[in-house]
Amino acid sequence: MRGTYLDRFLDPWSEFERMSRLLSRVASNPGKEFPPVNVWVNGDNAVITTEIPGVESDAIDISVSGNTVMLRGSRPAGDIKEGESCHRHELRHGNFSKTIELPFNIDTDKVQAVYKKGILNISLQRIETEKPKKIEIKSK
Amino acid sequence: MTEKRELQKRDAELEKGVERTRQTRVYTPAVDIIEKNNDIVLMADMPGVDENSVDITLEKDLLTIYGKVEPEIPENHRLVISEYGVGDYERTFTLSDEIDREHIRATVKDGVLKLVLPKAESAKTKKIPVTGNA
Repeated sequence: MRGTYLDRFLDPWSEFERMSRLLSRVASNPGKEFPPVNVWVNGDNAVITTEIPGVESDAIDISVSGNTVMLRGSRPAGDIKEGESCHRHELRHGNFSKTIELPFNIDTDKVQAVYKKGILNISLQRIETEKPKKIEIKSK
Repeated sequence: MTEKRELQKRDAELEKGVERTRQTRVYTPAVDIIEKNNDIVLMADMPGVDENSVDITLEKDLLTIYGKVEPEIPENHRLVISEYGVGDYERTFTLSDEIDREHIRATVKDGVLKLVLPKAESAKTKKIPVTGNA
């Protein structure tokens, strides 16, 4: 058996990464869904960061179920009153929703989210019962 | 988000032959500019920037906003999905004489810089009554 196969078998992330790479190559618009996310991993932990400037923390909704994280939020558009004119209009306003799938089921009690400076940081852990168990070998 | 909009950040432009000293990417922040009766309001998306890491300089008629971002990398983690890059922000605007330069106000909230550029007294909208031919 080739080592790469075994690695993939043991480490769900490598398969996840392979799939992500494959998908991004296939998809004509990789990551075109707002907001753009970065996903960081370390064993049974994952961190999702996303840039959602102008969104107030009250307007962010995170729901976690199974292996998916759903992000929802909204940024109200500034009203243009009569007599005012808009010279540039590049900012993104309105509602957004995005689902991110992780390669493991998430422990919903251990999800932590911090929002500051327009960046949302969510840390997630793999559910305890799913974590691989190390089997001790006893020698006689 | 019904509108189709470019999701990727735009790299800031540099003049030919000019190099940066800091080894970091620099992006052009997206802005809204709204002209009100008494001032011009500029809003710039600069996630990762707060009131201490933004620099606003006014030299002659060039207004430059620069936001410095310290990348926050989770310890011992590796990046497996990257849909956005992290870097500083820079954008320069030309100001007309109509701005009262002494009273420009700047605030940062939730990664958005808001600049209020008050119009000089002479530039405030005046209604000119149109009268019929005498």
